[in-house]
Amino acid sequence: MHHHDDDGHHHDHHHHDNHLGEMAARVRALETILTEKGLIDPAAVDTIIETYESRVGPRNGAAVVAKAWSDPEFRAWLARDATAAIASLGYAGRQGEHMQAVFNTPGVHNMVVCTLCSCYPWPVLGLPPVWYKSPPYRSRAVSDPRGVLAEFGVTLPEDTAIRVWDSTAEMRYLVVPMRPEGTDGMSGEQLADLVTRNSMIGTGLALAPEQPR
Amino acid sequence: MSPPDGALASPGLPKEADEPVFVEPWQAQAFALAVELNARGVFEWPEWADALSRELHSPDAAPDGSDYYDHWMRALEKLLVAKGVTTSDTVADLALAWQRAAHATPHGRPILLENDPQRS
Repeated sequence: MHHHDDDGHHHDHHHHDNHLGEMAARVRALETILTEKGLIDPAAVDTIIETYESRVGPRNGAAVVAKAWSDPEFRAWLARDATAAIASLGYAGRQGEHMQAVFNTPGVHNMVVCTLCSCYPWPVLGLPPVWYKSPPYRSRAVSDPRGVLAEFGVTLPEDTAIRVWDSTAEMRYLVVPMRPEGTDGMSGEQLADLVTRNSMIGTGLALAPEQPR
Repeated sequence: MSPPDGALASPGLPKEADEPVFVEPWQAQAFALAVELNARGVFEWPEWADALSRELHSPDAAPDGSDYYDHWMRALEKLLVAKGVTTSDTVADLALAWQRAAHATPHGRPILLENDPQRS
């Protein structure tokens, strides 16, 4: 391999210091090929990045949960047809086409995993955290959900059953955590502040009103 | 009571941090390419999930999930090759061209494929 030195370029010592890593170069290569073939629109690609970097995130899901806590009719709709109920709040889009809401009760705690890969309800939760995509979570959420919950600092009563939902490309789940005590009369916004991302995956509980995030 | 999100104790699961959605820009690009190709009907999402799953289940996958987008990218390339959209050699050659172009581009200027000195 020819080694680049700066012979003849002493006037500019910043020369030749751009480096594209292998993965970055491969992505650019693919993008070039796909653009030339007319299979992608680079502007659309940029819009997708912007959307997922800044516009969708777990605040959307928190608003859904807060409404389910305070509006029985919405809660019933969410239980019956989560996709439509969620879309009515303006949260629709890719990977949210087939949603199911699962409701925590004193007797049942729900937890979501994707053992296959990393299926996740983007419109309500944004993109998944690293641990959700990691091999240990993907296997242990099924084999040892109580142990996984303990690692997240969640200890459930012995007689609470844990139901683990395995997401697929066709079905995504949103956990509706139990509404914390002492939240009567709180506004939707105040309630939404108590709904953490993890509580909607089932690896956490909703926060108590006085609890720091 | 549960501690706030972020207090993972055991080494079994990767620690939670206030991680950005994408750690490097190319990850965002790779993510968006798959979403756009699916939107354009180049592949169905279940096909994509299968392709990604195969890569994620490879024995060398990092337990901390840090190589997730490497697998994502590999899955995307393989799926596009399987669909006859491109070939591995085409991608590899063009990736090298991009690296040469980057190397030949003065710092602070946009890296353009035209800057590849070997470009014919």
